[in-house]
Amino acid sequence: MSGTFVGMPAFPTAARAALGDTQLRSNLAHATHTIRDKRAAVVAEVEEWEELRLAGAGVKEAALRDLATHLETLEASLTRAGATVHWARDAAEACAIVAQVAHSHGVDEVVKVKSMATGEIGLNEALEAEGIAAWETDLAELIVQLGEDLPSHILVPAIHRNRAEVREIFLRRMGDVGRPAPADLTDEPAVLAGAAREHLREKFLRAKVAVSGANFAVADTGTLVVVESEGNGRMCLTLPEVLVSVVGIEKVVATWGDLDPMLRLLPRSSTGERMNPYTSTWSGVTPGDGPQEVHVVLLDNGRTRALADDVGRQALRCIRCSACLNVCPVYERVGGHAYGSVYPGPIGAILNPLLNGVSDEQTASLPYASSLCGACFEVCPVRIDIPSVLVDQRAQVVDSHRGDRIPKAEAVAMKAAAWTFSDARRLGLAERASGLAGRVMGRFSRTTLPGGRTAAGRLPGPAAGWTGARDLPAPPKESFREWWARTDGGTHDDQDESGTTKGGGS
Amino acid sequence: MSARDDILGRVRAALADVSPAVSVPAAPRAPDRGDLVALFDERIADYRAVVTRCTRTGLEEAVAAALGGARAVVPPGLGLEVAGAVVDDGLSAAELDAIDAVITRAAVGIAETGTIVLDHQPDQGRRAISLVPDLHVCIVDASQVVADVPDAIALLDPARPLTWISGPSATSDIELDRVEGVHGPRTLHVLLVE
Ligand code: SF4
Repeated sequence: MSGTFVGMPAFPTAARAALGDTQLRSNLAHATHTIRDKRAAVVAEVEEWEELRLAGAGVKEAALRDLATHLETLEASLTRAGATVHWARDAAEACAIVAQVAHSHGVDEVVKVKSMATGEIGLNEALEAEGIAAWETDLAELIVQLGEDLPSHILVPAIHRNRAEVREIFLRRMGDVGRPAPADLTDEPAVLAGAAREHLREKFLRAKVAVSGANFAVADTGTLVVVESEGNGRMCLTLPEVLVSVVGIEKVVATWGDLDPMLRLLPRSSTGERMNPYTSTWSGVTPGDGPQEVHVVLLDNGRTRALADDVGRQALRCIRCSACLNVCPVYERVGGHAYGSVYPGPIGAILNPLLNGVSDEQTASLPYASSLCGACFEVCPVRIDIPSVLVDQRAQVVDSHRGDRIPKAEAVAMKAAAWTFSDARRLGLAERASGLAGRVMGRFSRTTLPGGRTAAGRLPGPAAGWTGARDLPAPPKESFREWWARTDGGTHDDQDESGTTKGGGS
Repeated sequence: MSARDDILGRVRAALADVSPAVSVPAAPRAPDRGDLVALFDERIADYRAVVTRCTRTGLEEAVAAALGGARAVVPPGLGLEVAGAVVDDGLSAAELDAIDAVITRAAVGIAETGTIVLDHQPDQGRRAISLVPDLHVCIVDASQVVADVPDAIALLDPARPLTWISGPSATSDIELDRVEGVHGPRTLHVLLVE
């Protein structure tokens, strides 16, 4: 079990299915634009934001470059503070450790704080196979779990669901696993949140064992940090007798003081708030307060593979804020499921190949899930140069398929694109050629896109690999450059050769 | 080989050609914001928490008004008489669930972000008491308010469990529509004492 959803088709196929789902696209567009605007407003408030990003990137980079030392320090600090430290090479080892702790307390359920690492290792499924129910307690994770669905966003895993769908899931499923939703449940978000509060409270009050991740692990003090909003994290970290935290080895920062740039960067980048409602920090066991048995599982699962990649290493700086998802034009249109992993969007497009390698088709398709527009780098609080890593990953995909008898369609397409975009004159020629193709394709098109624009269905020949998964909009008959040359930048008559006047925009 | 040694070995191998030395730029300071207590007040209120400013002598009265007759639990070291309140002596989670409100002090207030930090000393109590009841009345002294996150980090002791609170519990998980009040206290009432 790696970080990818088993049986997920490669990105292009999954993206095509998602693009046809208009409900999904409208839920996503609404959601990503809302968070994007909130983030922009609170970031604009901080005059020193760019220096803060440099400091944040520096803290994480320094921790990664001397990771072995910091991990040993962390282990010693945690042990001194009364925690038990475990090491897990991969998902199976990590899941086995958590299951063993649960079994040793004879429980058949655990409560969980939202955690990307436990999603990545497929912990819920592994525990279920051991007869242990893992209850997700974050509202969005609860919606995903009850809906027997997959997460589609790092911060808001149920971003693809609207309120009416959430109401229906709660009414249908809550009663199967605990306190049912009230029969008069409406689709008001406040009412839905109230139902989740009632449903989960009985689970919090009786749970003996909790499982969490951590946003940061401070080496010199042995402190773990969980950043959250709802208070479900505090419930899990405080009320149960036993706490197991699964922490990726890249979560380490060297010192307590290093939390400063991170705790200023994360909330503004993530939820677009000056500070998130709750941040909990704890160092091992505190007598008389909170869990009296504390375990920490330090997880590799591909991280050392990524660490060995000179260009890709920087992806391990990621603090999972999800800002890059919210600004990504590709993510906005296809949503999170198309990436086939708990890590979607621009960061997923580089992190999954770095953690898992590019030998399978699903992962190998991810570095192509981008237009390289660079918006992700602009917003990244730890300055991960995602476009450069994408380009490098594409080269690695091509290299890994060099031995193939028939070149990968992506390899051919991307090489052609790289050649075309590198020269303005060639771009002009290519645009003219695609305008010709547009006239031909327009006549034979089988599909109409929303707005009535014709689309090409599956094209024959070398482009089949591309259009097999996309409804390619038919190219306009006249390229922008041709139009500019003919009308002298729009100062002459704006009639194209078919005699129709062009409308604005679109 | 143990998983530990294996992982540490892989980390060292991955970084064999990488110099561990990298200069980390110091985190910048925000410009001076003037009246910190006023900023703190304004920023907490932005989270739709209730803020009441009072004097030291008016504190008991302000607490009673904030409770409005609700049954409250208090930490053993609160240092304030609250009529009818239960003093926490290790109440179970279920017992806390039957109590309406909690009154605590705080360790630090952060003006820039409108944040209160509890370090769970005896005047604040263990973590559970400020979590389970639905109303949290938190007493912050004006002298505890610092400018920004780095000032708070410098003052706080990482060996203690810390809870950073910025407004009432909230979620935006349904259509990004912010709703106050999920699992933590649905009402946060800050008494700012000058
Ligand atoms: S890559 Fe950067 S922007 Fe994207 S989730 Fe990670 S930290 Fe946030």
